[in-house]
Order: sequence, then C-alpha cells, then structure tokens
Amino acid sequence: MLLEAGSGHTAGPLGMADIFTLLYFHIMNHDPKNPSWEDRDRIVLSNGHICPVQYATMARAGYFSVEELKTLRKFHSRLQGHPHREYLPALEISSGPLGSGLGQAVGMAIGERMDKGRNTDKYIYALLSDGEMDCGIIWESAMLAGRDKLQNLIAIIDRNGIQIDGYTWDIMPLEPLKAKWESFGWHVIEVDGHNFRALDEAIGEAQSVNDKPSVLIAHTIPGKGVHEFERDYHWHGKPPKKEEADMALRELRTLGGRVVSEHE
Amino acid sequence: MLNITQRLNKKILDDDVEQVPVRNGFGEGLLEAADNDKSIVGLCADLTESTRMKAFADKYPERFVQMGVAEQNLAVVSSGLASTGKIPFITSYAMFSPGRNWEQIRTTICYNDRPVKIIGSHAGVSVGPDGGTHQAIEDLAIMRVIPRMEVIVPCDAPEARKATNAIAQTSKPTYMRLAREKTPVMTTEETSFEIGKAYEMWRNEKVDVAIIGCGPLLHHALVAAQELAEEGIGSVVLNSHTIKPLDIETITGLAREAGAVVSVEEHQAAGGLGGAIAEVLMQTNPVPMEFIGVKDKFGQSGTPNELVVHYELDAAAIADAVRKVIKRK
Ligand SMILES: Cc1ncc(C[n+]2csc(CCOP(=O)(O)OP(=O)(O)O)c2C)c(N)n1
Ligand SMILES: [Mg+2]
Repeated sequence: MLLEAGSGHTAGPLGMADIFTLLYFHIMNHDPKNPSWEDRDRIVLSNGHICPVQYATMARAGYFSVEELKTLRKFHSRLQGHPHREYLPALEISSGPLGSGLGQAVGMAIGERMDKGRNTDKYIYALLSDGEMDCGIIWESAMLAGRDKLQNLIAIIDRNGIQIDGYTWDIMPLEPLKAKWESFGWHVIEVDGHNFRALDEAIGEAQSVNDKPSVLIAHTIPGKGVHEFERDYHWHGKPPKKEEADMALRELRTLGGRVVSEHE
Repeated sequence: MLNITQRLNKKILDDDVEQVPVRNGFGEGLLEAADNDKSIVGLCADLTESTRMKAFADKYPERFVQMGVAEQNLAVVSSGLASTGKIPFITSYAMFSPGRNWEQIRTTICYNDRPVKIIGSHAGVSVGPDGGTHQAIEDLAIMRVIPRMEVIVPCDAPEARKATNAIAQTSKPTYMRLAREKTPVMTTEETSFEIGKAYEMWRNEKVDVAIIGCGPLLHHALVAAQELAEEGIGSVVLNSHTIKPLDIETITGLAREAGAVVSVEEHQAAGGLGGAIAEVLMQTNPVPMEFIGVKDKFGQSGTPNELVVHYELDAAAIADAVRKVIKRK
C-alpha cells in the first residue's frame, strides 16, 4: 500500500496491526455489509495517520476489496491520506489533526447513554496515540469522561514510544501515564499490545467495569514485525522503498524466516 | 515581458527551471536572522525537521524550545517569551498553527501586541497525498482579520529567506505561510523584497488585465501571462507577497490602468488575498474582478499537480479567468 502510494506512515500502522485484527475479527459487533447498522460498536480512530492499518483490516473484514488498498492516497481514492468520512462513510470520523478523536468518542458515548441508558452494551473504542497525549484537549475530554463515568467508552493508547521529532521520553515525557489517567477517573490497564490473549482479557475487563471509562495503555513496538523498522522513530512518516517493501513483506509473511510463506 | 528591473531568475519560464521548496528558504533565513540577533528564539510543535527549524535548533539548542504536539501552548508560551524581550519564531503546519490556536494567537499575541512570528508550513492543496485535513486553505482569511497582524506569503525559497530576515526585524506579530513541495525558483538574490511593497514580475506594453497573486502559484500566473500575450492580451503580473498591510497604492493604480483584475492564490477564493484586494478596490476604484482560489470546497489526496488542476488554480484556469474578466469590462 505505502509503496504504491509513495508516501505515508509505516511505524504506527505496523505496531497497531494486532490490535486492529483483534477488534475487527473478535471483539466488535459490526456488519461490513451494513456499516451504518444502528447497533454496531464503533471504532473511533483519533491518530488518523495510522489509517493504512484500519483500511487494510477493513478490506480483510469485507468492507471493500483488498485490491482497492492500492489506491491509498491517490487522487479521488476513497482511501484518503488521512481518513475522510465523505469518501468512505464506513469510517466513524475523519481525522488527522491529533487530539480530536477522544472528545468525539465521548460525545458518542454520551449520546448512546441518552438513548439507551446507563447499561448500554454498545461500546465506543477510541484509538489514540502516545504522541497525542501532548495535546491538551485529550485531557479535557478525559476529564469529562471521568466525571460522567462513561462506562461504555474504552480508549486504547498506542504506547509505542515514538513521535515525529524523536522518542516520547525525549520530546515530552508522559510517565507516569497510568497514574495520570487514574487521577482523571479512568480504569487503567497496562497490556502487551501484541499478545492477543492478554488484549482480549484486558478488553473483557474494561467492558465489565461499570462505573468508569477504561483505557488500555497498549505497549506496542513501532514497525512491528520488520526488524529494520522496529523502534525507530524515523519510520514514523515515510514509506518503504521498493527493496525495503519486498524485504518487509517477506519478513512479515515468513515471521522473520520461521515459517514458509505461500506467497513465495 | 519579464520585469528586468527585478532581476528574476532567467530560467523562470523554462521547462528545467530549478525547483526548491519554499520552506527551505525559511530555514536558511532563520539561521541568518538568528546569527545576527541573539534575541531570536525558536519553538516547534514536534515538526522541527519538516518546518525547517532543525538547523536553527541544532546550532542554538539553548534558544530552542521543543513543545510536543501542543499548538495552543506553542502560541501562549511564545507570547510569554516575547514579553521578556525575545523574538519568537513558532513553527508547525499551517493547519495546526494558526489553524488550531487562533484564539490564543489573537488574545495572547496580537491583543497583547507581542512580536511573535508564526510560521505555518505545508499550506495549500499542493501538500498533496496527506489529504484535506492537512491542506490549510483558510489560514490567510483567519490571520488577516486580526488587528496588528501582518501576513506574508513568499513565492519561492529565496523570497522566503528574505522575508524571514525582514520579519525578524519588525516589532509586529506576523504570520508567514510556507509551502511543502518543490516549486519553481522565480526570484534571485537581487530581487527586491520589502514588507508591504508589491512588485511587478511581468508587464506587456498594452495592459488589459492585472493578475495579482501570491505564493508559488505566481509561476502559473506567469505561464498564463505568456500564453495570453501570444493571443494579444496584455497583462501585468503583480507579486503581492504581503497581504497585510496590503500595498493599496500599487494595487489601486494598477487596477485603474488595467481596468480588470484577476487574483491568484492557493487558498479559499473567499477571504484571502482576493478578498483583501476586492475590499480595497470597492472603495478606491471598482473594476471587474475574477478570483482564482478554491471555491468553497475542502482539499483531498492527490499529487500536487492533480490538485492544482482539479481546483482550477493552474495556468489554464488563470488564462480562462482573464478572458472572462476582460469581457466584463
Ligand atoms: C494537531 C496536530 N499537530 C501536529 C500534527 C502532525 N503530526 C502528525 S503525527 C505526529 C506525531 C504524533 O506522535 P504519534 O501519534 O505517537 O506518532 P506514531 O507513534 O504513530 O509515530 C505529529 C506531530 C498533527 N497531525 N496534528
Ligand atoms: Mg507514538
């Protein structure tokens, strides 16, 4: 996708692939053939730049053809460089400018509650990045969700340690992040963002908390699965070149040489 | 004819004209200005490399503040710094600063009258594949209506360098918009630059229309002027790099001479340079006018060229606007 596009973000999407897979194929109540189904759970992607992984997961889940992924970032494509609902209405929000997704998810959770009452089992999953924690508005939204005890709101933070100018601990240290969220009235779970079983349990726990919003601080590896890309902030916003893309796909398909790929 | 007194790039209309991103000129200018004036400080919101503040930050780490992804804080902190005698340059993408932090800019910078220099990079639809969320095309409108604010749009890298040095020396709050992609180098070292002084890049003997523009699209204006001259339509192409304070005298005089105006900018057709010109001409010398700009739409993904053509900002669209405005005379 990124190679075809010639621009875009590599590290974040790879690091969030496991979480997207779990959400779309196991956790969420949704219908790819009827994206506006009223009783669906919602995924609200706040850090819009990682949309390649959302598009890829949606294609595999049946929202549109896998072939269409190659139109990413192209003129008139439904797969805009940053998510745009006008082009792809199956998206819950348009995003790209950081920080604004959580508040929109809070609004959805409040709306749900107005219609269905406190015990609604329709969940709003707000996906956030750690770079976004720099934005003041995240904490404005967090404070509101905490005050209103929005139990059907579950945030997942991509805690990959990178942003554009460097590592988060050099640019704007966030720790103790767990304590920050707790002090805003949230139930906080730290979890390995690449362990399906642990993630599944964490989301189950979050769903069972009924007097607070929950947040998963998902520890992920930026560029996960491709040795060259892993944990290097320079891969935040550039696409691979041809050889790098070939190498990356081979490494991902063979799990780093451990299995034989049917694509070979 | 190209205006020889301005010593423009001789290859300006050649196919192989050199191409450099406007933002590079800012990076060079900031270093020069900072070498000359120790009170210059730099603040950036997690975009140090792509806004070209990195060379400054590397050379003067003690005069650089990394803000993280926090544009509202960027504006208010710079205002505080300015109150201690510093000249802060603050950088991000135009969509986020001044896009996200408008009220902070208005109150803490302009209302307080602090000489903060707001640098918005990646403006216009030519940002390309990132799409509409990242293409600032309302920034000139929201900046030019704030009292005290000066607004500047350099047309290429050399002009951005000169503009950066010039704004570093004023005591005014200033917004300067930059473009991301490589665009033709139109000016040279010798081309004049003075805040508030528009200059002619092109003039035919007979003047049927004034094409008044700013930013890299001026290259499209020049291509259109050349094509129109071959059809027998004479024009002046005016580089109105300063949108505020607008060069009222030059613009009014030219409108009177030409009797028709086309404005050219990579911005909404409403509220930017064209709007500023129309406000003035309606009071001084009303003439028929056409606006080259995005017509009340958002941007989208695509190559810079695809988008410039799609939103009718290119040389062909400018030439069409000229033909149309002349008929209205
Ligand atoms: C409000 C806003 N400011 C600046 C940007 C530019 N920007 C895009 S991504 C990013 C870094 C954010 O860090 P993170 O989301 O953690 O990046 P990742 O881990 O995916 O590399 C920045 C500053 C933006 N999109 N929105
Ligand atoms: Mg990150």
